[in-house]
Amino acid sequence: MPKVKPHRTSPSLDMTPMVDLAFLLVTFFMLTTKFAPEEAVVVDTPSSTSEIRLPESHVITISVDKDKRVFFGLDDDEIKSDLLTQVGAKYGVSFTPTQAKNFHAVASSFGTPIEKLPALLNLDGEQRKLVKQEGIPADSVNNQFIEWVVAAQALSRKQYGKPSYVAIKGDGNADVPTVKRVIKLMQDKNINRFNLITDLETKPVAGK
Amino acid sequence: MAEIQQQADSGGKGGKKRAKKMSTKIDMTPMVDLAFLLLTFFMLTTTFSKPTVMEVAMPVKPKPGDEQPPIKASNALTLLLGEGNKLYYYDGLLDGNTKPELKLSNYGADGIRKVLLQHKSNPQLVVLIKPDDKSNYKNMVDILDEMNITDTKKYALVDISKPDQELIKSSGL
Repeated sequence: MPKVKPHRTSPSLDMTPMVDLAFLLVTFFMLTTKFAPEEAVVVDTPSSTSEIRLPESHVITISVDKDKRVFFGLDDDEIKSDLLTQVGAKYGVSFTPTQAKNFHAVASSFGTPIEKLPALLNLDGEQRKLVKQEGIPADSVNNQFIEWVVAAQALSRKQYGKPSYVAIKGDGNADVPTVKRVIKLMQDKNINRFNLITDLETKPVAGK
Repeated sequence: MAEIQQQADSGGKGGKKRAKKMSTKIDMTPMVDLAFLLLTFFMLTTTFSKPTVMEVAMPVKPKPGDEQPPIKASNALTLLLGEGNKLYYYDGLLDGNTKPELKLSNYGADGIRKVLLQHKSNPQLVVLIKPDDKSNYKNMVDILDEMNITDTKKYALVDISKPDQELIKSSGL
């Protein structure tokens, strides 16, 4: 009697379709991911139940941190250079082409008075992170902040046909007077719609 | 994945010397590991990178000469955001003659949310939110969020007034 040999199947299976799919997805996510821009300031936003997402582009971000510093940020690359020139001209500060180029990296969030901006732009990326920025002056005496906002709004309207969204990103521990002052300054310029950036929180059921 | 090389039976008996055939299969496991690691990373970063926003529309600056209609005291509910995450509220408006009763509440589900829901029976209700200078921004966001949760349509962010601050002080809450 011959021994019955069990039929041996190879334990390796064909992984090719799985790998194909995995790489397809990797490619997809790699191309669609937009990394969060470098933030000059750490802001811990409070959470809310709102589910509206921040628009992808044409956003002016105004960050208020817990030390009452105000930061300005713009995400549209096309108008950054013009913005710098315009606001610089208003305060009699001119920028070299290299500085203007560096501004593209800085403009997503910065908080430096315009007088000190050239010095900041001369630094390279690593050094710039170490600089402690003091915040953009935003009071009735020296109101550079509103100049940035108004100039950015005007440029955005010219370039894209609509004003930018104004997003306020406040730290949970930021004080109310600073936030209110920022809002009031913009209301004076007839900007009345704001978006408060928050984290997502699950919505409780009202009426329980 | 461990590959088991199935040894071909060598027929023995001095056939032709063949060049040794290498298996065409390579071990793909490390590559697949890496691919999935990257996949996980990108999947997680894309979903969480977009923050949410809360839309707030402030009233347009009134033109000089425009008369704003006053709010009737019976339709008003005033919330005072105090320091140390305290929240006070009173019905009606504060003026020289009437002194409304100040009540203490909190930001939790059992606190101001119940009060707001009770007041919802009045369709004309206007909620006045007055953040104190010592309250923090989180309180403001919380209370605006509470307006969304309870679906309160008419509310306004108002500066806190001196009498309001004195009312908090004198109430001792």
